Amino acid sequence: MVKTCPNGQELKFILNNQIKELDVPADKTILQAVRELGLTGTKEGCASGDCGACTVLVGEPSDKGVRYQTVNACIAPIGQQAGRHIVTVEGLESPDGELHPAQEEMVNCHGSQCGFCTPGFVMSLAALVEADVSADREEVLQGISGNLCRCTGYRPIVEAGIAALEVGSSAAIQGQELVQSLSASTAQAVLQPANESELQESIRDFPNADLIAGGTDLMLEVTQRYEAKPNLIDVTRVEELQLVSADEEKLVIGAAVSYSRLEEFFAGRSSPFVSLLHRLGSRQIRNSGTLGGNLANGSPIADTPPILIAWDAEIETVNTKGEARLTAVSDFYRGYRDTTLSGDEYIARIHIPHASIESFHRFFKSSKRLEDDISSVMGAFRFEGTPDKVTVARIAFGGMAATPVRLKAIEDLLTDSELSRDLVAQAVEALGDKMTPLTDVRASAAYRSEMAASMLERALLEFMGEARPVITEVSLDA
Amino acid sequence: MRKLTNGSAGAGVVDTKPVVGSDLAHESAIKHVTGRATYVDDIAEPANLLHVATGQSTIAHGRIRSINLDAVRTAEGVVDVIVCDDIPGDPDISPVYTGDQLLASQIVEYVGQPIFAVAASSLEAAKRACSLAQIEFEELPAILTPQQALKESQFVLPTRTFQIGDASKAIDAAELVIESEQTVRGQEHFYLEGQVSLATPTEDGGVHVVSSSQHPTEVQKLVASVLGLNIHQVQAEVRRMGGGFGGKESQAAALACMAAVFAVRTGRPVKYRMPRQDDMVQTGKRHDFWNRYRAGFDAKGVLTGVEMELAGLCGCTADLSEGIVDRAMFHADNAYYYPATTIHGYRCKTHTVSNTAFRGFGGPKGMIAAESMMDDIARTVQRDPLDVRIDNLYGPGRDVTPYGQKLEQHMLRDMMQQLATDTDYYERRKSITEYNRNSDQFRKGLALTPVKFGISFTATHLNQAGALLHVYTDGSISINHGGTEMGQGLYTKIAQIVATTLGVSYERVMVTSTRTDKVPNTSPTAASSGTDINGMAAKNAAEKIRARLINFLADQHGVESDSVQIANDLVMVNGQSLTFDEVIKAAYMARVQLSATGFYKTPKIHFDKEAGKGHPFFYYANGCAASEVLVDGATGEYRVSRVDILHDVGSSINPALDIGQIEGGFVQGMGWLTTEELLWDDRGRVISNSPANYKIPTAYDLPEHFKVSLYDQPNNEDTIYRSKAVGEPPLMLGLSVWCALRDAAASFSDYRMNPPMDAPATPEQLYRAIQAAKAGVAS
Ligand SMILES: Cc1cc2nc3c(=O)[nH]c(=O)nc-3n(C[C@H](O)[C@H](O)[C@H](O)COP(=O)(O)OP(=O)(O)OC[C@H]3O[C@@H](n4cnc5c(N)ncnc54)[C@H](O)[C@@H]3O)c2cc1C
Ligand code: FES
Ligand code: FES
Repeated sequence: MVKTCPNGQELKFILNNQIKELDVPADKTILQAVRELGLTGTKEGCASGDCGACTVLVGEPSDKGVRYQTVNACIAPIGQQAGRHIVTVEGLESPDGELHPAQEEMVNCHGSQCGFCTPGFVMSLAALVEADVSADREEVLQGISGNLCRCTGYRPIVEAGIAALEVGSSAAIQGQELVQSLSASTAQAVLQPANESELQESIRDFPNADLIAGGTDLMLEVTQRYEAKPNLIDVTRVEELQLVSADEEKLVIGAAVSYSRLEEFFAGRSSPFVSLLHRLGSRQIRNSGTLGGNLANGSPIADTPPILIAWDAEIETVNTKGEARLTAVSDFYRGYRDTTLSGDEYIARIHIPHASIESFHRFFKSSKRLEDDISSVMGAFRFEGTPDKVTVARIAFGGMAATPVRLKAIEDLLTDSELSRDLVAQAVEALGDKMTPLTDVRASAAYRSEMAASMLERALLEFMGEARPVITEVSLDA
Repeated sequence: MRKLTNGSAGAGVVDTKPVVGSDLAHESAIKHVTGRATYVDDIAEPANLLHVATGQSTIAHGRIRSINLDAVRTAEGVVDVIVCDDIPGDPDISPVYTGDQLLASQIVEYVGQPIFAVAASSLEAAKRACSLAQIEFEELPAILTPQQALKESQFVLPTRTFQIGDASKAIDAAELVIESEQTVRGQEHFYLEGQVSLATPTEDGGVHVVSSSQHPTEVQKLVASVLGLNIHQVQAEVRRMGGGFGGKESQAAALACMAAVFAVRTGRPVKYRMPRQDDMVQTGKRHDFWNRYRAGFDAKGVLTGVEMELAGLCGCTADLSEGIVDRAMFHADNAYYYPATTIHGYRCKTHTVSNTAFRGFGGPKGMIAAESMMDDIARTVQRDPLDVRIDNLYGPGRDVTPYGQKLEQHMLRDMMQQLATDTDYYERRKSITEYNRNSDQFRKGLALTPVKFGISFTATHLNQAGALLHVYTDGSISINHGGTEMGQGLYTKIAQIVATTLGVSYERVMVTSTRTDKVPNTSPTAASSGTDINGMAAKNAAEKIRARLINFLADQHGVESDSVQIANDLVMVNGQSLTFDEVIKAAYMARVQLSATGFYKTPKIHFDKEAGKGHPFFYYANGCAASEVLVDGATGEYRVSRVDILHDVGSSINPALDIGQIEGGFVQGMGWLTTEELLWDDRGRVISNSPANYKIPTAYDLPEHFKVSLYDQPNNEDTIYRSKAVGEPPLMLGLSVWCALRDAAASFSDYRMNPPMDAPATPEQLYRAIQAAKAGVAS
């Protein structure tokens, strides 16, 4: 008989200013849990991570005190939150009833109309205030990138955000002081191994359980398709999977490192990657989502596989015996949503050669909306050599076939030949029949092919020294 | 810092600001930001509550051969399952005509049409149970596009025509003639709060329904009718909606009816809340349109004749499509004078969900035809599109619309010129042309477009409203009216109106939930009319109370009634100052009635539908917007770089709320015309069925320079405090973005050709237009 995870054990966390102990199934979301507890300020607008109406803060101890991040409560299991501080809109007022600056300025700026999106925006703005970021429009836009409003047209909300940041936080969020007292005693609803050997043991003991990292892909099966996920193993508490380290040759990124942390880490290391991350999901999604999840999910329209292919990255998978193997990202995908990951393995780390990050690389994402949209085409390019000769070429695409693809034939065509506009034209021409994109809700097959060609052309021209900025990089000043 | 209070109202607080005309915050603002504003799904759930889900058609058109629901009935958590035959009263829940069945019985006419319904202990249990049904269909051929419907003459209602003069002859005789056609996609409402209703059985065998609806009276009427009850046995209540935009005018009723049927069958409270995907598949949207036009004009681009054919994709039933296609026809001129014209409006029947009201109600679909035509003409005669627009505006002597209404107020010429001057339109046009000449990859586009929108329900009988006002013995006031609050600030404005009319402070007035047992037989909160009609009704009630108080005091003090004044919570009689509270106490003791109803019906309007002639609108609201865009010619990606708006709201009751409506409407219109692509596949399935693949604008899509100004001029008609309606008109200001994008595309042909471009202008659409412009030059 297969054992099931020890669900039904009491889960302990802090909700606003109270310690809560709950008996919950593994796949119950934060949103469902807080609403059942009568905290109905947090709203469901989509239950798929797209609208932000459910945004709450999740606080965790860090070296700078408790650090709060925004999370889409609709797709985050409450069972993962053991020992953490969950703050809902009801928890923002001070004990004597004073509004938080994010709330106060939303009122002053007329930032709510129907009010349904408002608690979510308030939480996103409150997170910025608590993180004490600079009072600047760009920061506010990033902070609310996962919040949709259908009524206001956003102008007053952005203004409220800037104003709240100017005011700043005056008092610690209620309940914050309880965080330290709780962190040691964490009874769990979801298995939360603390290190790799515990993780291996958990996978061995519970072969039917699903691994979960950010849950931003996995939980949609629960909230959109009404599937049950009774057994979850949380990889985000595995210490080693949260590490970013480097040896002489490679950068090694733990599979459970969130995109938001990657943004911080790659700032100054790769601006193309940071720019691309700003277009991957929203702030909320990036606070939870991970590279490991993006790869393991096996989607042909995931954003990072083409990048990792272009960087010659390798995936380190480890099995329950603790045996590790390295697979080039381009060899990881076998077919539509099918990878070489086997049932008793997990993704532990992603290895990226320093040389790749240091060489010329360019990433392009095509989508209907510039922010928080899934790619119709994702193109990643890396070239070494000189402007008149490519010595190493890496070309990879997402959204153009059943898997992320690497185009060796085009790479070969370009490598060690004299780089000229003619050669660029030849490469673009040759791209034509190499991929078989589909027509779907995001784009037509023809547009996908044309965009792939345009991306390749752009990357090459830029390598040759001709600046070809994308629209998000151009100043809008009239 | 602000302290919490228990809502907006609290009697006894004196405020001396002028109430109407001031920038008061939304009456629920503090409740919104603290999460205490209660929506239907937030009402504390009773322990025995049931949840509803429906089993749906998987085909666009066909006959139901067999239904086997055995596994559904025995599934975990299921308490009740119904099919059409189980509905005790009339299963037809159409708002105006017929055909909208609560549950399909023999024929299905769209993918997603409900066939059976389940009530279970949780939403998840209900959803899981639904997937266990076995239904066999016999598929029939499906019509999915307006073109197909036109070819097969499939219409939900007859075609109508507006005609002035002989357009065909005028066009044939014109110096220049152009013609064009265009597909304009629909729009998903994407109110943040999905459709939801909660029904509780009452001791009289009736039900109390709390619903997220713009039309409580219709909810009440239809619930009574599906249950076979008298209307008085049903109460419908709406405190607020998390957005409506027209999507909760007729579409909310189905949920209320379904919940009510289960409530009566089981004797338990029942909630029906649609998960987002069901909402996006099962409820009606803005209509797709296929527009064609032929225009004749002189060398300066001034029109001599216009023929237009507007074909709306209505879906499988009429729903509100009569009025919607009418309104497209009413706005096919937008702000321009058509000396001779024929406008046909087709109501195409397709095997898709029945389309419904959406902010603008067809108006945007007519207007986009007029605005693309203006750009086409301008490029044909090689003039600035703004000049061609201004030269074609209505004006004295050129003032009769295609439906015979004579325009009495001409504001747009002045407004457009003012906006052009204030935003350096002509200088920017010059520098943009220069920039475009020197830039290969990036191009800029600019457009300044007007909106003239007719105000009134085109169904004349709906232009009536009621209100109920109570003054309590502590001087606090409660007002109830037929309008619903969906974020537009109606309750705030009504409280302002009552306070101003009575001469008391705003804080004294509390607006209470809209309920059919307080104010009966109400009209939907739609057609931008909420404040116009309910505000007038509330004012009427307040005036009655005011008159009673004045007469009472005049009698008591033996003075003429005009020597009694009420202002700022104080009453002046005979040089003596009394507080409002004192006066109310005294009036009560003297047995003065402190409760009044109010009523209003809009004057002057009439329309003969068959002849297509009349005076359907009480007045028009006007506006104009100038938008500038930056476009990447290699991909079709773009950003809006600057937006300036000048809009006419008459004398504003609350400028902050009005600006909110203008900004929000503009962005919603821009979304419809840019990133929001409503798509079906060739089997009739909505494939833009979730926010993951249907993209409404985010904050990032708005430029930093986004300025709205009010054109401050009182309405020349006698409307509520001389204001103008503001709900819908600004949506169509979004056309300036679409026209600016097409302007940028045309730059790739050096403005020599009119690149065809459908709406919305997704990056892909714009890329196609750019390719066409480039090819136009090459050839
Ligand atoms: C609103 C929204 C927007 C999004 N936008 C984008 C976007 O722009 N671009 C994009 O690429 N994606 C996007 N996504 C998808 C998703 O966020 C990413 O794929 C993300 O990287 C998934 O990571 P996760 O940690 O949340 O994975 P999870 O959901 O936790 O897991 C996904 C899958 O991977 C498995 N898994 C997770 N970690 C491991 C591991 N260490 N070893 C083995 N298996 C593992 C899980 O079992 C599961 O099958 C979006 C999702 C949402 C909801
Ligand atoms: S409810 Fe929409 S993101 Fe969570
Ligand atoms: S205020 Fe209605 S969705 Fe934002």
